[in-house]
Amino acid sequence: MSLTPERKAFLDDLCRKFRLDVIEALHNAQTGHPGGSLSVCEILTTLYFEKARINSAQPRDPDRDRVVLCKGHAAPMLYRVLAEKGFFPVSEMKTLRRLNSILQGHPTIHTPGVELSTGPLGTGLSAALGMALGLRLSKSAAKVYAVLGDGDVNEGMVWEACMSAVKYKADNLITIYDWNKVQLDGKSADIMPQGDMNAKFSAFGWRCIPCDGHDIGALCDALDALILHPDGRPGLILASTIKGKGVSFMEGQSAWHGKAIGDEDYKRAVAELGGE
Amino acid sequence: MAKAIREIYGEALVKYGRDNPDVVVLDADVSSSTRSGLFQAACPERFFNVGVAEANMTGMAAGLASVGKIPFVNTFATFLITNGLLAARVFGSYSGLNIKLMGAYTGLSDAYDGPTHHAIEDIAVMRALPNFRVYVANDEVGTDWLVRHAIKSKGPMYIRLSRDVFPTLYEPGTKFEEGKGKILRQGKDAAIIACGRMLGMAVEASKILSSEGIDVTVVDMFTIKPLDAELITETAKSTGAVVTAEEHSVIGGLGGAVAEVLATRRVCVPLGFVGIADCHAECGAYSELLAKYGLDVPAVVAKVRETLAKK
Repeated sequence: MSLTPERKAFLDDLCRKFRLDVIEALHNAQTGHPGGSLSVCEILTTLYFEKARINSAQPRDPDRDRVVLCKGHAAPMLYRVLAEKGFFPVSEMKTLRRLNSILQGHPTIHTPGVELSTGPLGTGLSAALGMALGLRLSKSAAKVYAVLGDGDVNEGMVWEACMSAVKYKADNLITIYDWNKVQLDGKSADIMPQGDMNAKFSAFGWRCIPCDGHDIGALCDALDALILHPDGRPGLILASTIKGKGVSFMEGQSAWHGKAIGDEDYKRAVAELGGE
Repeated sequence: MAKAIREIYGEALVKYGRDNPDVVVLDADVSSSTRSGLFQAACPERFFNVGVAEANMTGMAAGLASVGKIPFVNTFATFLITNGLLAARVFGSYSGLNIKLMGAYTGLSDAYDGPTHHAIEDIAVMRALPNFRVYVANDEVGTDWLVRHAIKSKGPMYIRLSRDVFPTLYEPGTKFEEGKGKILRQGKDAAIIACGRMLGMAVEASKILSSEGIDVTVVDMFTIKPLDAELITETAKSTGAVVTAEEHSVIGGLGGAVAEVLATRRVCVPLGFVGIADCHAECGAYSELLAKYGLDVPAVVAKVRETLAKK
Protein backbone atom coordinates (compact mmCIF):
# COMPACT_ATOMS: atom_id res chain seq x y z
CA MET A 1 0.00 0.00 0.00
CA SER A 2 3.05 2.25 -0.18
CA LEU A 3 2.68 5.55 -1.92
CA THR A 4 3.86 5.66 -5.53
CA PRO A 5 6.60 8.23 -6.26
CA GLU A 6 4.17 10.05 -8.57
CA ARG A 7 1.49 10.29 -5.90
CA LYS A 8 4.03 11.40 -3.30
CA ALA A 9 5.32 14.13 -5.62
CA PHE A 10 1.74 15.26 -6.24
CA LEU A 11 0.96 15.46 -2.52
CA ASP A 12 4.24 17.19 -1.70
CA ASP A 13 3.45 19.81 -4.32
CA LEU A 14 -0.02 20.20 -2.87
CA CYS A 15 1.60 20.87 0.50
CA ARG A 16 3.86 23.53 -1.02
CA LYS A 17 0.79 25.22 -2.48
CA PHE A 18 -1.11 24.97 0.81
CA ARG A 19 1.79 26.54 2.70
CA LEU A 20 1.96 29.43 0.24
CA ASP A 21 -1.78 30.05 0.44
CA VAL A 22 -1.81 29.89 4.23
CA ILE A 23 1.07 32.37 4.45
CA GLU A 24 -0.84 34.63 2.08
CA ALA A 25 -4.06 34.34 4.10
CA LEU A 26 -2.23 35.02 7.37
CA HIS A 27 -0.42 38.01 5.87
CA ASN A 28 -3.70 39.32 4.57
CA ALA A 29 -5.43 38.81 7.92
CA GLN A 30 -2.52 40.25 9.93
CA THR A 31 -3.49 37.84 12.70
CA GLY A 32 -3.39 34.07 13.18
CA HIS A 33 -0.99 31.21 13.77
CA PRO A 34 1.70 30.46 11.17
CA GLY A 35 3.94 28.09 13.17
CA GLY A 36 1.44 25.35 13.99
CA SER A 37 -0.31 25.70 10.63
CA LEU A 38 2.89 24.98 8.74
CA SER A 39 3.88 22.06 10.96
CA VAL A 40 0.58 20.20 10.53
CA CYS A 41 0.49 20.54 6.73
CA GLU A 42 1.56 17.01 5.72
CA ILE A 43 -0.54 15.43 8.48
CA LEU A 44 -3.78 17.06 7.30
CA THR A 45 -2.92 16.55 3.64
CA THR A 46 -2.27 12.85 4.22
CA LEU A 47 -5.52 12.45 6.11
CA TYR A 48 -7.78 14.34 3.72
CA PHE A 49 -6.19 13.30 0.42
CA GLU A 50 -4.96 9.80 1.14
CA LYS A 51 -6.53 8.04 4.12
CA ALA A 52 -9.72 9.52 5.54
CA ARG A 53 -12.94 8.67 3.71
CA ILE A 54 -14.37 12.17 3.46
CA ASN A 55 -16.23 13.53 0.47
CA SER A 56 -17.57 17.06 0.21
CA ALA A 57 -20.32 15.81 -2.12
CA GLN A 58 -21.74 13.82 0.81
CA PRO A 59 -20.72 15.93 3.78
CA ARG A 60 -23.28 14.38 6.15
CA ASP A 61 -22.66 10.74 5.23
CA PRO A 62 -23.05 9.05 8.62
CA ASP A 63 -20.29 6.58 7.80
CA ARG A 64 -17.71 9.17 6.80
CA ASP A 65 -14.46 9.24 8.70
CA ARG A 66 -14.00 12.23 11.01
CA VAL A 67 -11.00 14.47 11.42
CA VAL A 68 -10.79 16.51 14.61
CA LEU A 69 -8.15 19.22 14.72
CA CYS A 70 -7.61 19.34 18.48
CA LYS A 71 -4.93 22.01 18.01
CA GLY A 72 -7.54 24.40 16.70
CA HIS A 73 -5.19 27.34 16.25
CA ALA A 74 -3.86 25.60 13.13
CA ALA A 75 -7.23 26.40 11.57
CA PRO A 76 -5.76 28.18 8.50
CA MET A 77 -4.21 24.94 7.25
CA LEU A 78 -7.41 23.00 7.96
CA TYR A 79 -9.41 25.59 6.02
CA ARG A 80 -7.03 25.47 3.06
CA VAL A 81 -7.26 21.68 2.94
CA LEU A 82 -11.07 21.74 3.26
CA ALA A 83 -11.25 24.26 0.43
CA GLU A 84 -9.18 21.96 -1.77
CA LYS A 85 -11.57 19.13 -0.87
CA GLY A 86 -14.41 21.27 -2.19
CA PHE A 87 -16.19 22.24 1.01
CA PHE A 88 -15.98 25.96 0.11
CA PRO A 89 -14.13 28.11 -2.45
CA VAL A 90 -10.43 28.77 -1.90
CA SER A 91 -11.27 32.46 -2.25
CA GLU A 92 -12.83 32.31 1.24
CA MET A 93 -9.26 32.25 2.59
CA LYS A 94 -9.20 36.01 1.96
CA THR A 95 -11.85 36.45 4.65
CA LEU A 96 -9.95 34.54 7.34
CA ARG A 97 -10.58 36.04 10.79
CA ARG A 98 -12.65 38.90 9.34
CA LEU A 99 -16.12 39.89 10.51
CA ASN A 100 -18.88 37.85 8.80
CA SER A 101 -16.40 35.24 7.55
CA ILE A 102 -17.22 31.53 7.61
CA LEU A 103 -13.57 31.08 8.57
CA GLN A 104 -13.39 31.94 12.25
CA GLY A 105 -10.15 32.33 14.18
CA HIS A 106 -10.53 28.78 15.43
CA PRO A 107 -12.50 25.97 13.78
CA THR A 108 -16.22 25.91 14.33
CA ILE A 109 -18.73 23.19 13.64
CA HIS A 110 -20.72 25.74 11.65
CA THR A 111 -18.08 25.83 8.87
CA PRO A 112 -18.60 23.29 6.08
CA GLY A 113 -16.34 20.29 6.54
CA VAL A 114 -15.38 21.08 10.13
CA GLU A 115 -16.53 18.27 12.42
CA LEU A 116 -16.06 19.94 15.78
CA SER A 117 -15.41 23.35 17.26
CA THR A 118 -11.92 23.35 18.71
CA GLY A 119 -9.58 25.94 20.09
CA PRO A 120 -9.47 25.55 23.86
CA LEU A 121 -6.61 23.08 24.07
CA GLY A 122 -7.16 19.67 25.60
CA THR A 123 -10.86 19.34 24.72
CA GLY A 124 -10.63 17.77 21.28
CA LEU A 125 -9.39 14.30 22.16
CA SER A 126 -12.29 13.65 24.56
CA ALA A 127 -14.81 14.64 21.92
CA ALA A 128 -13.04 12.56 19.28
CA LEU A 129 -13.23 9.59 21.64
CA GLY A 130 -16.95 10.18 22.14
CA MET A 131 -17.38 10.25 18.37
CA ALA A 132 -15.49 6.98 18.01
CA LEU A 133 -17.59 5.25 20.68
CA GLY A 134 -20.80 6.65 19.21
CA LEU A 135 -19.90 5.42 15.73
CA ARG A 136 -19.09 1.98 17.11
CA LEU A 137 -22.47 1.87 18.89
CA SER A 138 -24.08 2.69 15.55
CA LYS A 139 -22.18 -0.22 13.95
CA SER A 140 -20.30 2.15 11.68
CA ALA A 141 -16.83 1.22 10.44
CA ALA A 142 -15.81 4.89 10.32
CA LYS A 143 -12.56 6.01 11.89
CA VAL A 144 -11.97 9.15 13.92
CA TYR A 145 -8.67 10.93 13.41
CA ALA A 146 -7.66 13.37 16.14
CA VAL A 147 -4.74 15.73 15.58
CA LEU A 148 -3.07 16.78 18.83
CA GLY A 149 -0.53 19.51 19.45
CA ASP A 150 2.07 20.22 22.12
CA GLY A 151 -0.17 22.63 24.03
CA ASP A 152 -2.94 20.03 24.12
CA VAL A 153 -0.92 17.53 26.11
CA ASN A 154 -0.27 20.13 28.83
CA GLU A 155 -3.97 19.83 29.69
CA GLY A 156 -5.05 17.15 32.14
CA MET A 157 -8.18 16.49 30.12
CA VAL A 158 -6.05 14.83 27.42
CA TRP A 159 -4.80 12.28 29.92
CA GLU A 160 -8.34 11.66 31.16
CA ALA A 161 -9.32 10.91 27.57
CA CYS A 162 -6.21 8.80 27.18
CA MET A 163 -7.33 6.49 29.99
CA SER A 164 -10.94 6.27 28.81
CA ALA A 165 -9.87 5.42 25.25
CA VAL A 166 -7.99 2.41 26.59
CA LYS A 167 -10.81 1.34 28.89
CA TYR A 168 -13.27 1.40 26.02
CA LYS A 169 -10.85 -0.22 23.54
CA ALA A 170 -11.29 2.58 21.02
CA ASP A 171 -9.22 1.22 18.16
CA ASN A 172 -11.30 3.26 15.72
CA LEU A 173 -9.72 6.37 17.27
CA ILE A 174 -6.42 7.23 15.64
CA THR A 175 -4.53 10.17 17.08
CA ILE A 176 -1.73 11.95 15.32
CA TYR A 177 0.46 14.06 17.53
CA ASP A 178 1.87 16.98 15.57
CA TRP A 179 4.95 16.90 17.74
CA ASN A 180 6.90 20.05 16.99
CA LYS A 181 8.00 20.50 20.62
CA VAL A 182 7.44 24.25 20.62
CA GLN A 183 4.49 26.14 22.08
CA LEU A 184 3.47 29.75 22.49
CA ASP A 185 5.86 30.79 25.24
CA GLY A 186 8.85 28.75 24.14
CA LYS A 187 10.22 25.25 23.78
CA SER A 188 8.04 22.58 25.41
CA ALA A 189 11.18 21.39 27.21
CA ASP A 190 11.13 24.71 29.08
CA ILE A 191 7.41 25.37 29.37
CA MET A 192 6.29 21.89 30.37
CA PRO A 193 8.80 19.12 29.72
CA GLN A 194 7.14 16.20 27.96
CA GLY A 195 9.57 13.45 28.79
CA ASP A 196 9.25 10.26 26.79
CA MET A 197 5.88 10.63 25.10
CA ASN A 198 6.12 7.22 23.50
CA ALA A 199 6.66 5.61 26.91
CA LYS A 200 3.90 7.69 28.48
CA PHE A 201 1.19 6.85 25.95
CA SER A 202 2.39 3.24 25.78
CA ALA A 203 2.15 2.94 29.55
CA PHE A 204 -1.47 4.03 29.36
CA GLY A 205 -2.04 1.20 26.90
CA TRP A 206 -1.91 3.01 23.58
CA ARG A 207 -0.31 1.61 20.47
CA CYS A 208 2.36 4.13 19.48
CA ILE A 209 4.14 4.54 16.16
CA PRO A 210 6.81 7.22 15.79
CA CYS A 211 7.34 8.73 12.33
CA ASP A 212 8.55 11.78 10.43
CA GLY A 213 5.51 14.05 10.33
CA HIS A 214 6.67 15.81 7.17
CA ASP A 215 7.13 12.57 5.20
CA ILE A 216 3.79 11.70 3.63
CA GLY A 217 4.98 8.19 2.77
CA ALA A 218 5.91 7.56 6.39
CA LEU A 219 2.61 8.99 7.61
CA CYS A 220 0.74 6.71 5.20
CA ASP A 221 2.63 3.65 6.40
CA ALA A 222 1.99 4.51 10.05
CA LEU A 223 -1.70 5.10 9.38
CA ASP A 224 -2.00 1.86 7.43
CA ALA A 225 -0.54 -0.08 10.33
CA LEU A 226 -3.29 1.26 12.59
CA ILE A 227 -6.15 1.26 10.08
CA LEU A 228 -5.58 -2.17 8.57
CA HIS A 229 -4.77 -4.05 11.75
CA PRO A 230 -6.80 -2.70 14.68
CA ASP A 231 -6.05 -4.61 17.86
CA GLY A 232 -8.33 -3.09 20.47
CA ARG A 233 -5.90 -0.36 21.43
CA PRO A 234 -6.29 3.32 20.54
CA GLY A 235 -3.51 4.31 18.15
CA LEU A 236 -1.07 7.19 18.36
CA ILE A 237 1.27 8.37 15.67
CA LEU A 238 4.07 10.40 17.19
CA ALA A 239 4.67 12.56 14.15
CA SER A 240 7.86 14.54 14.66
CA THR A 241 7.47 17.90 12.96
CA ILE A 242 9.05 21.31 12.80
CA LYS A 243 7.09 24.34 13.85
CA GLY A 244 6.99 26.81 10.95
CA LYS A 245 8.20 24.09 8.55
CA GLY A 246 9.12 25.40 5.10
CA VAL A 247 9.91 28.98 6.07
CA SER A 248 13.48 29.08 7.41
CA PHE A 249 13.13 32.01 9.76
CA MET A 250 9.95 30.59 11.30
CA GLU A 251 11.26 27.06 11.81
CA GLY A 252 11.44 26.03 15.45
CA GLN A 253 10.63 29.56 16.60
CA SER A 254 8.01 30.04 19.30
CA ALA A 255 7.89 33.71 18.30
CA TRP A 256 6.05 32.59 15.16
CA HIS A 257 3.37 30.71 17.08
CA GLY A 258 0.88 33.49 16.62
CA LYS A 259 2.62 36.51 15.13
CA ALA A 260 1.29 38.70 12.33
CA ILE A 261 3.40 38.41 9.18
CA GLY A 262 4.84 41.77 8.08
CA ASP A 263 5.36 42.69 4.42
CA GLU A 264 9.10 41.93 4.31
CA ASP A 265 8.73 38.61 6.06
CA TYR A 266 5.85 37.76 3.77
CA LYS A 267 8.00 38.32 0.68
CA ARG A 268 10.82 36.20 2.10
CA ALA A 269 8.44 33.41 3.04
CA VAL A 270 6.83 33.38 -0.40
CA ALA A 271 10.23 33.29 -2.09
CA GLU A 272 11.34 30.36 0.09
CA LEU A 273 8.18 28.44 -0.71
CA GLY A 274 8.75 28.97 -4.42
CA GLY A 275 5.89 31.40 -4.89
CA GLU A 276 5.74 34.38 -7.14
CA MET B 1 -43.69 8.59 51.11
CA ALA B 2 -42.70 10.46 47.97
CA LYS B 3 -39.55 9.36 46.19
CA ALA B 4 -36.37 11.37 46.12
CA ILE B 5 -35.82 13.40 42.97
CA ARG B 6 -32.72 11.33 42.16
CA GLU B 7 -34.78 8.12 42.22
CA ILE B 8 -37.39 9.63 39.94
CA TYR B 9 -34.61 10.73 37.61
CA GLY B 10 -32.88 7.35 37.44
CA GLU B 11 -36.16 5.55 36.86
CA ALA B 12 -37.24 8.00 34.17
CA LEU B 13 -33.89 7.57 32.41
CA VAL B 14 -34.54 3.84 32.18
CA LYS B 15 -38.23 4.25 31.32
CA TYR B 16 -37.65 6.63 28.41
CA GLY B 17 -34.10 5.73 27.43
CA ARG B 18 -34.25 1.95 27.35
CA ASP B 19 -36.06 1.66 24.04
CA ASN B 20 -34.39 4.64 22.39
CA PRO B 21 -31.07 3.39 20.97
CA ASP B 22 -29.74 6.93 20.72
CA VAL B 23 -29.82 7.55 24.45
CA VAL B 24 -26.41 7.10 26.08
CA VAL B 25 -25.50 7.83 29.67
CA LEU B 26 -22.20 8.90 31.20
CA ASP B 27 -21.19 9.15 34.81
CA ALA B 28 -18.02 10.07 36.67
CA ASP B 29 -17.85 7.38 39.34
CA VAL B 30 -20.93 8.58 41.21
CA SER B 31 -23.58 6.55 39.38
CA SER B 32 -24.84 4.99 42.59
CA SER B 33 -25.43 8.49 43.96
CA THR B 34 -26.88 10.14 40.85
CA ARG B 35 -28.90 6.97 40.14
CA SER B 36 -27.67 6.90 36.55
CA GLY B 37 -26.55 3.43 37.62
CA LEU B 38 -30.13 2.28 37.08
CA PHE B 39 -29.58 2.87 33.38
CA GLN B 40 -26.31 0.97 33.49
CA ALA B 41 -28.16 -2.03 34.87
CA ALA B 42 -30.78 -1.78 32.11
CA CYS B 43 -28.54 -0.92 29.15
CA PRO B 44 -24.88 -1.60 30.00
CA GLU B 45 -23.66 -1.18 26.42
CA ARG B 46 -24.92 2.41 26.35
CA PHE B 47 -23.47 3.42 29.69
CA PHE B 48 -20.00 4.88 30.15
CA ASN B 49 -18.41 5.30 33.56
CA VAL B 50 -15.33 7.38 32.82
CA GLY B 51 -14.00 7.57 36.34
CA VAL B 52 -13.51 10.81 38.20
CA ALA B 53 -12.95 12.83 35.04
CA GLU B 54 -15.75 15.34 34.56
CA ALA B 55 -14.00 17.38 31.89
CA ASN B 56 -13.38 14.32 29.73
CA MET B 57 -16.90 13.04 30.38
CA THR B 58 -18.47 16.23 29.09
CA GLY B 59 -16.16 16.26 26.07
CA MET B 60 -16.96 12.62 25.30
CA ALA B 61 -20.65 13.45 25.50
CA ALA B 62 -20.12 16.12 22.87
CA GLY B 63 -18.50 13.62 20.53
CA LEU B 64 -21.34 11.17 21.09
CA ALA B 65 -23.85 13.94 20.37
CA SER B 66 -22.02 14.88 17.18
CA VAL B 67 -22.71 11.43 15.75
CA GLY B 68 -26.39 11.47 16.67
CA LYS B 69 -26.49 10.13 20.21
CA ILE B 70 -28.40 11.80 23.05
CA PRO B 71 -25.91 11.83 25.92
CA PHE B 72 -26.98 12.34 29.53
CA VAL B 73 -24.01 13.56 31.54
CA ASN B 74 -24.21 12.79 35.24
CA THR B 75 -22.31 13.91 38.26
CA PHE B 76 -22.64 16.25 41.20
CA ALA B 77 -23.63 19.64 39.80
CA THR B 78 -20.69 21.34 41.47
CA PHE B 79 -18.16 19.33 39.49
CA LEU B 80 -20.18 19.36 36.29
CA ILE B 81 -20.31 23.16 36.12
CA THR B 82 -16.67 23.60 37.08
CA ASN B 83 -14.58 20.80 35.56
CA GLY B 84 -17.15 20.19 32.84
CA LEU B 85 -17.67 23.83 31.99
CA LEU B 86 -15.08 24.23 29.24
CA ALA B 87 -16.52 21.38 27.19
CA ALA B 88 -20.07 22.54 27.99
CA ARG B 89 -19.18 25.96 26.67
CA VAL B 90 -17.31 25.04 23.48
CA PHE B 91 -19.40 22.02 22.45
CA GLY B 92 -22.81 22.75 24.00
CA SER B 93 -23.15 26.49 24.13
CA TYR B 94 -21.04 27.51 21.13
CA SER B 95 -21.55 24.49 18.89
CA GLY B 96 -25.13 23.70 19.89
CA LEU B 97 -24.47 19.98 20.30
CA ASN B 98 -27.27 17.96 21.84
CA ILE B 99 -25.79 17.34 25.30
CA LYS B 100 -27.89 16.98 28.43
CA LEU B 101 -26.06 17.97 31.59
CA MET B 102 -27.79 16.53 34.62
CA GLY B 103 -26.71 18.33 37.76
CA ALA B 104 -27.14 16.04 40.73
CA TYR B 105 -27.12 16.94 44.43
CA THR B 106 -27.86 20.62 43.87
CA GLY B 107 -28.34 23.37 46.39
CA LEU B 108 -27.45 22.20 49.87
CA SER B 109 -28.89 18.72 49.32
CA ASP B 110 -25.49 17.05 49.65
CA ALA B 111 -25.76 18.48 53.12
CA TYR B 112 -23.22 16.50 55.14
CA ASP B 113 -20.50 16.61 52.48
CA GLY B 114 -20.24 20.33 53.08
CA PRO B 115 -19.67 23.44 51.01
CA THR B 116 -17.17 21.81 48.62
CA HIS B 117 -20.11 19.72 47.41
CA HIS B 118 -22.98 22.21 47.63
CA ALA B 119 -24.11 23.61 44.28
CA ILE B 120 -25.18 27.17 44.93
CA GLU B 121 -24.08 28.88 41.70
CA ASP B 122 -25.01 26.39 38.97
CA ILE B 123 -28.09 28.27 37.75
CA ALA B 124 -26.09 31.49 37.42
CA VAL B 125 -23.26 29.76 35.54
CA MET B 126 -25.39 27.74 33.17
CA ARG B 127 -27.92 30.42 32.29
CA ALA B 128 -25.07 32.70 31.26
CA LEU B 129 -24.11 30.26 28.48
CA PRO B 130 -25.75 31.13 25.14
CA ASN B 131 -27.95 28.33 23.73
CA PHE B 132 -28.19 26.42 26.98
CA ARG B 133 -31.67 25.82 28.29
CA VAL B 134 -31.84 25.60 32.07
CA TYR B 135 -34.48 23.80 34.10
CA VAL B 136 -34.99 23.06 37.77
CA ALA B 137 -36.65 19.83 38.87
CA ASN B 138 -39.86 20.69 40.71
CA ASP B 139 -41.50 17.43 41.82
CA GLU B 140 -41.92 13.80 40.77
CA VAL B 141 -44.21 14.48 37.83
CA GLY B 142 -42.13 17.42 36.66
CA THR B 143 -38.82 15.54 36.91
CA ASP B 144 -40.22 12.68 34.88
CA TRP B 145 -41.33 15.21 32.25
CA LEU B 146 -37.89 16.86 32.20
CA VAL B 147 -36.22 13.57 31.26
CA ARG B 148 -38.76 12.93 28.52
CA HIS B 149 -38.38 16.49 27.29
CA ALA B 150 -34.58 16.27 27.27
CA ILE B 151 -34.73 13.20 25.03
CA LYS B 152 -37.26 14.71 22.65
CA SER B 153 -36.01 18.27 22.39
CA LYS B 154 -32.70 18.88 20.62
CA GLY B 155 -30.02 21.19 21.92
CA PRO B 156 -27.87 21.69 24.99
CA MET B 157 -29.65 21.59 28.34
CA TYR B 158 -28.77 21.83 31.97
CA ILE B 159 -31.23 20.19 34.33
CA ARG B 160 -30.93 20.82 38.04
CA LEU B 161 -31.84 17.77 40.06
CA SER B 162 -31.61 17.04 43.76
CA ARG B 163 -30.61 14.29 46.11
CA ASP B 164 -33.69 14.86 48.17
CA VAL B 165 -37.43 14.30 48.39
CA PHE B 166 -39.54 17.25 47.19
CA PRO B 167 -43.18 17.79 48.14
CA THR B 168 -45.68 16.54 45.57
CA LEU B 169 -47.17 19.49 43.68
CA TYR B 170 -48.62 18.05 40.50
CA GLU B 171 -51.12 15.41 39.48
CA PRO B 172 -49.82 12.61 37.25
CA GLY B 173 -50.33 13.60 33.64
CA THR B 174 -49.81 17.32 34.24
CA LYS B 175 -48.62 19.02 31.07
CA PHE B 176 -45.49 21.12 31.15
CA GLU B 177 -44.10 23.38 28.49
CA GLU B 178 -40.67 24.93 28.26
CA GLY B 179 -40.73 28.67 28.70
CA LYS B 180 -44.03 28.52 30.57
CA GLY B 181 -44.09 28.72 34.34
CA LYS B 182 -46.97 27.27 36.34
CA ILE B 183 -49.26 29.05 38.74
CA LEU B 184 -49.69 26.89 41.83
CA ARG B 185 -51.82 29.37 43.72
CA GLN B 186 -53.46 32.60 42.66
CA GLY B 187 -53.43 35.59 45.01
CA LYS B 188 -53.60 39.37 44.80
CA ASP B 189 -51.29 40.88 47.42
CA ALA B 190 -47.86 39.54 46.48
CA ALA B 191 -46.23 36.85 44.36
CA ILE B 192 -43.67 34.23 45.27
CA ILE B 193 -41.81 33.02 42.21
CA ALA B 194 -39.92 29.91 43.23
CA CYS B 195 -38.12 26.87 41.87
CA GLY B 196 -37.00 23.46 43.09
CA ARG B 197 -37.09 22.67 46.77
CA MET B 198 -38.33 26.20 47.58
CA LEU B 199 -41.65 25.64 45.80
CA GLY B 200 -43.00 23.54 48.62
CA MET B 201 -41.77 26.15 51.08
CA ALA B 202 -43.56 28.84 49.07
CA VAL B 203 -46.82 26.92 49.17
CA GLU B 204 -46.50 26.45 52.95
CA ALA B 205 -45.63 30.11 53.38
CA SER B 206 -48.68 31.12 51.36
CA LYS B 207 -50.92 29.21 53.79
CA ILE B 208 -49.44 30.98 56.79
CA LEU B 209 -49.70 34.34 55.06
CA SER B 210 -53.29 33.57 54.08
CA SER B 211 -54.18 33.03 57.74
CA GLU B 212 -52.88 36.57 58.33
CA GLY B 213 -55.06 37.91 55.54
CA ILE B 214 -52.21 38.16 52.98
CA ASP B 215 -53.22 36.60 49.68
CA VAL B 216 -50.21 35.35 47.76
CA THR B 217 -49.66 34.01 44.24
CA VAL B 218 -47.18 31.13 43.98
CA VAL B 219 -45.47 30.54 40.65
CA ASP B 220 -43.32 27.53 39.73
CA MET B 221 -40.57 28.89 37.48
CA PHE B 222 -38.96 25.54 36.65
CA THR B 223 -37.99 26.88 33.22
CA ILE B 224 -35.22 29.32 34.06
CA LYS B 225 -34.17 29.64 30.44
CA PRO B 226 -36.22 30.21 28.39
CA LEU B 227 -37.86 32.24 31.12
CA ASP B 228 -41.57 33.01 31.23
CA ALA B 229 -41.19 36.79 31.07
CA GLU B 230 -44.91 37.28 30.36
CA LEU B 231 -46.02 35.42 33.45
CA ILE B 232 -43.44 37.25 35.59
CA THR B 233 -44.63 40.59 34.27
CA GLU B 234 -48.33 39.85 34.67
CA THR B 235 -47.83 38.47 38.14
CA ALA B 236 -45.79 41.46 39.24
CA LYS B 237 -48.37 43.88 37.84
CA SER B 238 -51.36 42.08 39.33
CA THR B 239 -49.86 41.67 42.82
CA GLY B 240 -47.51 44.65 43.13
CA ALA B 241 -44.80 42.81 45.07
CA VAL B 242 -42.53 39.92 44.09
CA VAL B 243 -40.42 37.57 46.16
CA THR B 244 -38.21 34.98 44.47
CA ALA B 245 -37.19 31.83 46.31
CA GLU B 246 -34.44 29.44 45.28
CA GLU B 247 -31.96 27.02 46.83
CA HIS B 248 -29.11 28.93 45.20
CA SER B 249 -27.05 32.04 45.69
CA VAL B 250 -29.10 35.25 45.56
CA ILE B 251 -26.62 36.36 42.90
CA GLY B 252 -27.35 35.43 39.29
CA GLY B 253 -29.98 32.75 39.77
CA LEU B 254 -33.77 32.82 39.47
CA GLY B 255 -33.93 36.07 41.44
CA GLY B 256 -31.48 37.74 39.11
CA ALA B 257 -33.37 36.48 36.08
CA VAL B 258 -36.69 37.80 37.40
CA ALA B 259 -35.09 41.15 38.28
CA GLU B 260 -33.71 41.45 34.74
CA VAL B 261 -37.19 40.94 33.29
CA LEU B 262 -38.88 43.43 35.58
CA ALA B 263 -36.16 46.05 35.19
CA THR B 264 -36.09 45.90 31.40
CA ARG B 265 -39.89 46.02 31.24
CA ARG B 266 -40.04 48.93 33.68
CA VAL B 267 -42.28 47.06 36.08
CA CYS B 268 -41.47 48.88 39.29
CA VAL B 269 -42.55 46.71 42.22
CA PRO B 270 -40.70 45.92 45.42
CA LEU B 271 -38.57 42.81 45.05
CA GLY B 272 -37.31 40.41 47.67
CA PHE B 273 -34.87 37.56 47.21
CA VAL B 274 -34.90 34.36 49.24
CA GLY B 275 -31.70 32.44 48.63
CA ILE B 276 -28.25 31.88 50.01
CA ALA B 277 -26.50 35.13 50.84
CA ASP B 278 -23.16 35.68 49.13
CA CYS B 279 -21.45 32.99 51.17
CA HIS B 280 -20.65 29.29 51.35
CA ALA B 281 -22.63 27.17 53.78
CA GLU B 282 -21.25 24.42 56.02
CA CYS B 283 -22.05 20.77 56.66
CA GLY B 284 -24.95 19.52 58.71
CA ALA B 285 -28.43 18.03 58.47
CA TYR B 286 -30.21 19.23 55.32
CA SER B 287 -33.21 20.70 57.09
CA GLU B 288 -30.95 22.45 59.61
CA LEU B 289 -28.86 23.92 56.81
CA LEU B 290 -31.93 25.15 54.97
CA ALA B 291 -33.12 26.88 58.14
CA LYS B 292 -29.74 28.38 59.04
CA TYR B 293 -29.17 29.77 55.55
CA GLY B 294 -32.62 31.31 55.22
CA LEU B 295 -34.24 28.71 52.99
CA ASP B 296 -37.22 27.64 55.03
CA VAL B 297 -40.88 28.56 55.40
CA PRO B 298 -40.37 31.23 58.07
CA ALA B 299 -37.72 32.88 55.88
CA VAL B 300 -40.13 33.03 52.94
CA VAL B 301 -42.94 34.38 55.13
CA ALA B 302 -40.64 37.05 56.56
CA LYS B 303 -39.40 38.06 53.13
CA VAL B 304 -42.95 38.43 51.81
CA ARG B 305 -43.93 40.61 54.77
CA GLU B 306 -40.78 42.72 54.37
CA THR B 307 -41.36 43.16 50.64
CA LEU B 308 -45.04 43.96 51.08
CA ALA B 309 -44.08 46.71 53.51
CA LYS B 310 -42.23 48.45 50.67
CA LYS B 311 -45.30 48.54 48.47
